[in-house]
Amino acid sequence: MPSLLSVRDLHVSFDTSDGVVQAVRGLSFDVRRGDTLAIVGESGSGKSVATQTITGLTRGARISGEALFDGIDLLSAEPATLRRIRGARIGMIFQDPLSSLHPYYRVGWQIVEMIQAHDQEISKRDARGRAAELLSLVGIPQASKRIDDYPHQFSGGMRQRVMIAMAMALNPELLIADEPTTALDVTVQAQVLHVMRNLQQQFGTAIILITHDLGVVAQTADHVVVMYAGSAMERARRREIFYRHHNPYTEGLLLSLPAQGEAGERLTPIKGTPPSLIDLPPGCPFAPRCPYVFDRCRVETPPLDDVFRDPFHQSACWLSADEATRERQRAALKATGTS
Amino acid sequence: MTTDDALLRLVGVHKHFPVQIGALLSRGHEFVHAVDGVDLQVRRGETLGLVGETGCGKSTLARSIARLYDVTSGSVWFDGRDITRLSRRAMRPLRREIQVIFQDPYGSLNPRRRVGSIIGDPFAIHGVASGARRKKQVQELMELVGLNPEHYNRFPAEFSGGQRQRIGVARALALRPKLVICDEPVSALDVSIQAQIINLLADLQDEFDLTYVFISHDLSVVRHVSDRIAVMYLGKIVETAPTPQLFEAPRHPYTRALLSALPVPDPEEWSLQAMCERDAEGRYTALLDLLQLCTDAAYKLSDDLVARYFTHSGEARHSVGG
Repeated sequence: MPSLLSVRDLHVSFDTSDGVVQAVRGLSFDVRRGDTLAIVGESGSGKSVATQTITGLTRGARISGEALFDGIDLLSAEPATLRRIRGARIGMIFQDPLSSLHPYYRVGWQIVEMIQAHDQEISKRDARGRAAELLSLVGIPQASKRIDDYPHQFSGGMRQRVMIAMAMALNPELLIADEPTTALDVTVQAQVLHVMRNLQQQFGTAIILITHDLGVVAQTADHVVVMYAGSAMERARRREIFYRHHNPYTEGLLLSLPAQGEAGERLTPIKGTPPSLIDLPPGCPFAPRCPYVFDRCRVETPPLDDVFRDPFHQSACWLSADEATRERQRAALKATGTS
Repeated sequence: MTTDDALLRLVGVHKHFPVQIGALLSRGHEFVHAVDGVDLQVRRGETLGLVGETGCGKSTLARSIARLYDVTSGSVWFDGRDITRLSRRAMRPLRREIQVIFQDPYGSLNPRRRVGSIIGDPFAIHGVASGARRKKQVQELMELVGLNPEHYNRFPAEFSGGQRQRIGVARALALRPKLVICDEPVSALDVSIQAQIINLLADLQDEFDLTYVFISHDLSVVRHVSDRIAVMYLGKIVETAPTPQLFEAPRHPYTRALLSALPVPDPEEWSLQAMCERDAEGRYTALLDLLQLCTDAAYKLSDDLVARYFTHSGEARHSVGG
């Protein structure tokens, strides 16, 4: 089955007064219909820039590569084509629901406007009925009343539900959710994730979930892309990322989690800090922080290649793609001490 | 009551904030009960975790402990002494012993001052050391928290988020406090950096016999660092228990809701599963209802005030769903 969205070798850079920031460097991934793809990474890894570029939201950036959505290249599409796709066939929700909603307009009005912008045929009354239906679909009680409320009259979790209702209004094939629950409390987050999951099952929507929270990834994703310094370090199905990861960066992320190990034990952080995206070192971007680094890593950038003989599993690392050999390598490198 | 091993003791602490309701002429005051009757003890050398969600009053409580706020009623005992009504002057020597590390490593450091002078401030304010001696002590502190002492003359903007948080830690430890209140100290940091700061705080606790009140909304972090955990909800402590006990056998329904909503970073343990199952009539299981109830109640607390505000100003009616 062909992918719904297929991103190939995406590069995004910005000119700044300090130099060229290479925010995304050769990113490729696929999203299949009805699947959830999680893109994980720390701040500055390029995960948001990548998806914003795909939806045409990074003005002034230098972009190359390809992003095929159902056969249409979003990166080279005419603005009019892009406008028809964005909103209607690709819905988006962002971290902060308050700044995504207009404070002066009633939420119902905002949803109606959005529906009418893409569907000139629909009457105001029908659009309003649809808006109420959407609000109750995302679990807003008394939706037909609350449709006339202003954004500030909703709590944070309810606002995010309004955003989801709006993003789902035209029944998009793809929903891009950029840290949708980061600003929410855990009890609210659980409810919002539940709403998203429900809608996905009901309508078969594919979701790109951008997050830094590995807990959320473990609970929701089908496939995972781990990003670092603008490129994908590892790509695999969810279980492989957690139990059979290949890349030392993925390992480092998982080991840093306080949920690992017993309470009171020392955590295992990744040493150092991420590199500057203006002046990247040659070779693997993770090499300066990697516990298994060897000479080749500092010179040549490893490609994202299949590992462990799994067609769904790729890792950008010079350690062997064969599991047994890799284990021996790792043991040897750890023993010699990290230079 | 004995002063025994409790470094900090809160007895029936309330903190209310006035909120203006209505138009100019019919102005009246309502009160938000941010902290609503808290009894709590923190033992010497332990880490007490304080968890709760937005608006539960945990930061207000922290500030009340540090006497950054005056409490409305109740009393705060520190090291066997009632400090609730101490004057600013009498409070001054005690300020050396109670320090705070704040969440935002960007907002809590003055961007126009050099790091050396930021960390040296406590020495200057309390007249402890000056000149070359102060500089030497500051550099020792920088080394202690893992900063390069040669960066003494740099500005905060030249440091990363994790390094800035180290600056905040160094400043808090300058005068060798007994009690350190950590208010969401790692919430703004990426996981790999977060782990560095958590380890640093643990090392410093061992070295200097510190007592921590560790405030966070992140249960997995609190679980890792705390000996005991207090769960706060709507201005009250609803449950206090040793860490393992709280996770194994939570007693209050809110604690249960909080624990079950935590997404576990392990695909085998599908923590959100329970709430996705429906019963025979197609209703979701009790857990989802419980979560909904908790958030509704928490929201209503502030929401009722908003609602009344609107009725007074004739602006709009308001209803909270459900």
